[in-house]
Amino acid sequence: MPFLSLKFNLQKRVKLAQGLWMLYWLAVIVGIILFSLGIFFKIELRKRSEIMDNNESHLVPNLLILVGMLSCGLNAFGGKLCHDSLDPQKFSKMKPMLRPYMLLCCGFNVLLLLLVLLSFLMQFAVYLTLAEGLKNAIRFYKDTDTPGRCFMKRTLDMTQIEFRCCGNNNFRDWFEVQWISNRYLDMSNDVVKDRVLSNVEGKYLMDSVPFSCCNPGSPRPCIQHHLTNNSAHYDYDHRTEELNIWNRGCRQAVFSYYSGIMNSIGALLIFTIVLEAGDVAGLKYLSTALETMADPENPECESEGWLLEKGFKETLADLLSKVKTFGRANQVEEGGASPDADAT
Amino acid sequence: MVVMKMKFPFQKRVKLAQGLWLLSWCATVAGATTFTLGCLLKTELRRRAEVMANTDIHIVPNTLMIVGLASLGINYFASKICQDALDAGRFPRWKNFLKPYFAVSCFFTVLMLLAIIMSYAMKGSLESSLKAGLRNGIRFYKDTDTPGRCFQKQNIDRLQMEFQCCGNNDFRDWFEIQWISNRYLDFSSTEVKNRIKSNVDGRYLVDGVPFSCCNPSSPRPCIQYRLTNNSAHYNYDYQTEELNIYLRGCREALVNYYMGLMNTIGAGVLSIFLLQGSVLVSLRFLQTAMEAVAGKENTEIETEGYLLEKGVKETVMEYLDPVLTFLLLKNKVQEGTAGETTTAPA
Repeated sequence: MPFLSLKFNLQKRVKLAQGLWMLYWLAVIVGIILFSLGIFFKIELRKRSEIMDNNESHLVPNLLILVGMLSCGLNAFGGKLCHDSLDPQKFSKMKPMLRPYMLLCCGFNVLLLLLVLLSFLMQFAVYLTLAEGLKNAIRFYKDTDTPGRCFMKRTLDMTQIEFRCCGNNNFRDWFEVQWISNRYLDMSNDVVKDRVLSNVEGKYLMDSVPFSCCNPGSPRPCIQHHLTNNSAHYDYDHRTEELNIWNRGCRQAVFSYYSGIMNSIGALLIFTIVLEAGDVAGLKYLSTALETMADPENPECESEGWLLEKGFKETLADLLSKVKTFGRANQVEEGGASPDADAT
Repeated sequence: MVVMKMKFPFQKRVKLAQGLWLLSWCATVAGATTFTLGCLLKTELRRRAEVMANTDIHIVPNTLMIVGLASLGINYFASKICQDALDAGRFPRWKNFLKPYFAVSCFFTVLMLLAIIMSYAMKGSLESSLKAGLRNGIRFYKDTDTPGRCFQKQNIDRLQMEFQCCGNNDFRDWFEIQWISNRYLDFSSTEVKNRIKSNVDGRYLVDGVPFSCCNPSSPRPCIQYRLTNNSAHYNYDYQTEELNIYLRGCREALVNYYMGLMNTIGAGVLSIFLLQGSVLVSLRFLQTAMEAVAGKENTEIETEGYLLEKGVKETVMEYLDPVLTFLLLKNKVQEGTAGETTTAPA
């Protein structure tokens, strides 16, 4: 008893073929979108690889690019199949290709599912890489004369300005690090000497932040230095002041940006899976409808199309027995190999 | 004296009509593009409206939008006319429509060219508008508590950070105005009192700039205050220091940005102008070639097409006459001349 069978006359077959052709080309466009999204995501990761310690995983964008190209190719071929299916000569030529093609599409769907899982799970990896990378970036902020770290200051400043954030968790991260290079510190000055000596590791620490932490929306000119010292500035209370510098940490800000991108990639992939599944189902119906035509010479005869030849449970049992006999194929049993030949 | 006479055998006429149909659809897309470019330019100008003292420059995007919409209509009719052109039965109904159609089309096509010329010619106006706008913006930077000027500080800060510029002409503009509000000055401090007393207008002037002038590419942390005092900072010479703050003025940065934008748009609109012109010329040739066929039995004869029946000057006068009489610049009560103008062929 076929699984989910439907009757098809000529009109219905033609409509199915046409609708399926459009669906395949829609899937090609979605494949192109996936490809460009993959490239966009890769570029975004590369742009900020410096604050991620050059350590970020490019698995998701690479897979996305691959999936986009595969999707374009597979679906374009599927569209061609649909286009040729209504012509009996061409259909008989491509009949042997149908089964492997549909298996390939199912495999592709599994790959898409894997990618969806990855795009949601890799967000953790991005978060951890960001945390580590930002910590190092803040540490190396002052090393504008060290090869390999010359542009760390610029990158971190631009990141703080663009994402409207300050420091790793918050602005207090800047208090724990010497972010002013020794080249610009007057070591003969008493104030500087006192500060350096009072620190265990000889670092020049201040309760100040770089200018890129400043919030342009503040009504008063930016207070960067002596942030925790209320008496250093007129009419200033560091506990109630909210608009002076950015309160958000850069890890949170940059992560929510990447998380947004990865979530939308996941959503688009889910849509693609549904579309692909629809395509495969439609193709199965079309091919079975064309194959079961009682009289191949008369195009207007009725035929039946289905998803699975036997019922769902029987097909599953068949598959399982096939898998079992596959393992036993080495043992030369005469009757063992033949049942496989006339399966679906 | 006919302008640009050309022979049109039947095949050439057919090819002309087909080519023109395709061309007119391309020109319709081009007209939509012109409209979009005009909208883009207007949006970009509106984004920085707070630092522009007047909106004179908006005439360029407004003209582009009008021309874009007009060319949609012009090219739609052009495609319709050339579709009917080869059908001897349907072509005559366009007869009375064509003369005003060509007049209007030429007007809008010339307007397109004018828009391009204006975009170059109005550079001076844009510059003076920005000069005045930025001067006010810098003056009202501190007035974050005055209604209507609350966001001036934020706008100027974001502008300086985005365009990587400082001040109007350069960073010294910040030295000439008080950009720190009195609300944040401690008037009991002797330093503040001295500074205010030493100034004629009682303003608190500093040789410092806001944080938004800071250049992130500088290898050292930003020096904002006491910029002209070398001894206030270790290892600092303000005359040779180039990377600390942005040296470029915001007026120059904005003028360059907008002129670059208008140059790109101008180049695109110029090619659209050429396309539109070729559509009109082809349509004119098709029209004159088809008119010679009208009333003949054999529609496949060879005919002549031309651009203008009379010379350029005479044609211009012919079109201007009704306009001038309408404006009462010419006396119309002359029986002979009035009769002549109404019977002039299209």
